[in-house]
Amino acid sequence: MIFAEVIGTVVTPVQHPSLDAKRLLYLRALDPTGQPTGKAFVGVDGCGAGHGDRVLVMDEGNSGRQLTGIPNAPIKTVVVGVVDFIEGADGQLIYNEATT
Amino acid sequence: MYLARVIGRVVASERYPGLEGVALQLVQPLAEDGTDQGDAHVAAVATSEISVGPGDFVNCEGGREAALVLPETYVPVDAAIIGFVEAVERHGELLRPAAEGARS
Repeated sequence: MIFAEVIGTVVTPVQHPSLDAKRLLYLRALDPTGQPTGKAFVGVDGCGAGHGDRVLVMDEGNSGRQLTGIPNAPIKTVVVGVVDFIEGADGQLIYNEATT
Repeated sequence: MYLARVIGRVVASERYPGLEGVALQLVQPLAEDGTDQGDAHVAAVATSEISVGPGDFVNCEGGREAALVLPETYVPVDAAIIGFVEAVERHGELLRPAAEGARS
């Protein structure tokens, strides 16, 4: 799974039918401290995330097919959770939503 | 999935069996701000309803899932255009395709 930030939404009026009625979020990958790594991508919203949320993103085919229930859905990237904080090995919070 | 800009069309008359009739477009993946990032590559177009040409923004899928959108799903394809992008909202503003050749 990838740590990412929701930076917007993507509107696609013409698309593969498996994506119909799915919310597409524009995402950018973050390092564990919350800094952007420079990579942007698109994901299907699986948990009601919105702009500014730091999220967990699954980038694997089987999860996408599970979400849609369509066996041949071409969906890999799914937002599966909103991150509250990340704790390092020493017990210190290296990312904390509450203080960002 | 990732955003890309269509920069050309590919014609290949000899193809692997199962890829007959599949449209191929040359796409340039985009960075967060809409400038070019990464290498341009060829992507198959998922359905004939997705009619795109140079300059259009598209939503692409890479990997094994790309082949799943095609009429024949057991084919050697690793990138597909699965949607025509009308608008991208980024931090509350509309992201426009950057001028060709602008790189991040």
